Amino acid sequence: MTETTESAERISHWEDGTRAHETMATMVWRRFRRHPGAIAGAIVLGIIILGVVLAPLSPYDAETSDISSRLEPPSLAHPFGTDALGRDMLTRCLYGGRISLTVGFLVVIITLVIGVPVGAVSGFFGGWLDNVLMRITDAALSLPALMVLILLSAILREIELPFVERNNVITIAMVIGALSWMTVARLVRASFLTIREQEFVLAARCIGTPNLRMMARHILPNAIGPIIVEATLEMGYAIMEEAGLSFLGFGIQPPTPSWGNLLNSAWEHMVKHPWLPIFPGIMIFLTIISINYIGDGLRDAFDPHKVLQKVGEV
Amino acid sequence: MGCPCSPEGSVGRYIIRRLLQSIPMLFLLSVVLFTLVNIAPGGPLAGHGRSRHMKPEKAEMLKRQFGLDQPMPLQYVIWLIGNDWMKVDADGDGVAESRGERRGILRGDFGFSFQTRQPVLDEIAQRLPNTIYLMSITLIVVAIIAIPIGVLSAVKQYSIFDIVATTLSFMGQAVPEFWLGMILILIFYAWLQNPITGEPLLPPGGMKSLGTGFNLWDRVQHLILPVTMGMVGWVAWYSRFLRSGMLDIVHQDYIRTARAKGLSERLVMYRHALKNALIPLVTIFALDLPYIFAGSLYVELIFSWPGMGRLYYQAATKRDYPMLMAILIIASGITVGANLLADIAYGMLDPRVRYD
Repeated sequence: MTETTESAERISHWEDGTRAHETMATMVWRRFRRHPGAIAGAIVLGIIILGVVLAPLSPYDAETSDISSRLEPPSLAHPFGTDALGRDMLTRCLYGGRISLTVGFLVVIITLVIGVPVGAVSGFFGGWLDNVLMRITDAALSLPALMVLILLSAILREIELPFVERNNVITIAMVIGALSWMTVARLVRASFLTIREQEFVLAARCIGTPNLRMMARHILPNAIGPIIVEATLEMGYAIMEEAGLSFLGFGIQPPTPSWGNLLNSAWEHMVKHPWLPIFPGIMIFLTIISINYIGDGLRDAFDPHKVLQKVGEV
Repeated sequence: MGCPCSPEGSVGRYIIRRLLQSIPMLFLLSVVLFTLVNIAPGGPLAGHGRSRHMKPEKAEMLKRQFGLDQPMPLQYVIWLIGNDWMKVDADGDGVAESRGERRGILRGDFGFSFQTRQPVLDEIAQRLPNTIYLMSITLIVVAIIAIPIGVLSAVKQYSIFDIVATTLSFMGQAVPEFWLGMILILIFYAWLQNPITGEPLLPPGGMKSLGTGFNLWDRVQHLILPVTMGMVGWVAWYSRFLRSGMLDIVHQDYIRTARAKGLSERLVMYRHALKNALIPLVTIFALDLPYIFAGSLYVELIFSWPGMGRLYYQAATKRDYPMLMAILIIASGITVGANLLADIAYGMLDPRVRYD
C-alpha cells in the first residue's frame, strides 16, 4: 500500500524536478509551501513578530509600575493579567519577545560569521589548517555548554564593558554565539569537502579562479541548504538558551523584560497567580515550535532527493 | 593501521590512542576554564554582600591565605600540581613562611570550597549520587517510553498514531524544560489534591519527606514530577530519532530478505530492524550524556534536588572558584569521555566500522 503511494509521489516529484529554468529560491518555496507544519509555523511566527514589532502601541508601559493594579488576573483591560508591580503582562511579554527574538537573531548572525569561515577554510584547504581548526572546534564542543554559559554570564554581570550595559542583548548574544558556532563549522566543512572534489570546481580551478572567489561563488552557494536549515534551528536553540539563562537570573536583568526573566519573577507568585508563568512560557513554546517546523520544512524543501511526505521527517 | 586478522588488538590500540589524545584536550580545556573562572575582576571576595562588610586589610589577608594574590599562571600550576613544593603565606601576614598543603588536582586534591571551607571533593561526593540517581531513573523511563513510540511510528508510518506521536514530539522538543517544571508544580502541587487526605497530590520538591525513614512510595512520589520534567524533551528527541532510523532500515535489502523468508512482520521489525536502528541511537546517547548531565541543573533547581547542578548554580552565584573549577573539569571529563565512548560503542556494535 505505502509502496505504491510512495512511488507515485516519487514520480510526481521527479516530474516536478524536471521543471526547467527554475531558480533555487522558487523551487525551495514551491516545496516549502507543501509542508503544512512549516506554513503553520511561518504564520504563527509571523504573528508573534508582528505583535512584538507593534508592542509600543500598547497603552501600558513595560517598565513603569502601577501599585493600584497589582497581580490582577487576566481581564479585558489586561489580557495576560498584571505582575507584582502592577505592570501589564501582555505588554511585558511583547517587549520580552523583542529581547528574546533579537538575541536569537544575533546568535544566528554570530554563529554564521564564525562557523561559515572556519568550516569553509577547514574544508577547502585541508591539511594542518584543517587539523588546527577542527581541534579547536572539538575543544569548544567538549566544553560543558550550559555551565560555561552560566559562568560567562555571571562574569559579564560584574564587568564594566565599554559602550554596552551589563548583561544586555548584545553581551548575552555574544556569550551564546561563542558557544554555538561549532555545528555550523562542521556542517560547512563537510559540504566543502564533498563539493570541492566535483568537476565544476576543478573547472573553476583550471581557469585560475582565485581561492576566495572559488569558495564564495562556486562552493558556498551549493552548500547553502543545510546552512540555512541549521541557522533556522539555531535561532530556536538560542532563544531557549537565553530564556534559560534569564530564568536562572544570569541573563537579561530586570526591569528589562525577557521571556526567561518573566518566568524567573513569576516563580515566587506562581501558586496563587498562575497567569504569571503560563503566558511567557506559551510565548517561548509557540516561537520555538514554529521555528522548528519552519526548519523542518526548509530541510525537506532544500533536499532534492527527499520525497515529500505528509508528516515531517527528521 | 588496523590489522584485519586481530580485530581485538586494533580496538585496544585505538582506545589507547584516543585516551592519549584526550589528555591534551582536557589540559587545554582546563586552561580555558581556569582562565574564565579567574577572569572576573575582584575575585571571589568582591562577590556578593560579604565583601561590603569586610575591612580591606581583612580582605587582603584572606586573599593571601587563598593564594589569590599570586599571578594567574602560578595559580593554575598550584591548582594543577599543588603547592607543597613552595612556601605559602598561611596566616596571611604577607610573609610566606610555611610549606603549602595543597596537592593539586592531578593528585586528587580539588581544594577547599570558599563557601563552606569543606573539601570540594567531599561536597561533590555527597551530591553526585543524587544526580546519578535522578538521571538514571529518568533515562530508564525515557527508554521505556521512547523506544516503543519510535518503533510503532515507523512501523505504522502515516497512521494516526504516527501523526500524533510526531506532533507530540515536536511539542516536546519546543517546551522549555524549566517552564514545564513550573507548570507541573502548579498542576500537581497547587491545583490537584489527594482526594482522601486533602493534601497536595505530589510534593513540590526534595528527594524525600523530612523526618521519615526509607519509604518507597514516598521516594516514588518525590520522583514523579522531576522525572517527568526531565524526560519530556529526551523522549521527544529519541523517539523521533529512532523513527527515522527505523524508516531508513525498513528499505534495506536484508529486511526484504527477512520478509521474503516468510518471517512474521513482528519478528522482522523487532529482531532485524530495531536491533540495527539502535546502533546509531547508542552513539547519539553517548554524545548526549553531557547534555543530560547539564540539563539536570534546571530539574534540580526547580525541585530543590540536592544534586550537582544545584551545587554548580550555588557556586556560580557565590563565586566559589574551587567548586566551580572542580565541577567544570568533571563535566568536561564526562564530555570527552562520552565522545570516546560513542566512537568505541559504534565500532563494537557495527562490525563494518574499522579502526585505523
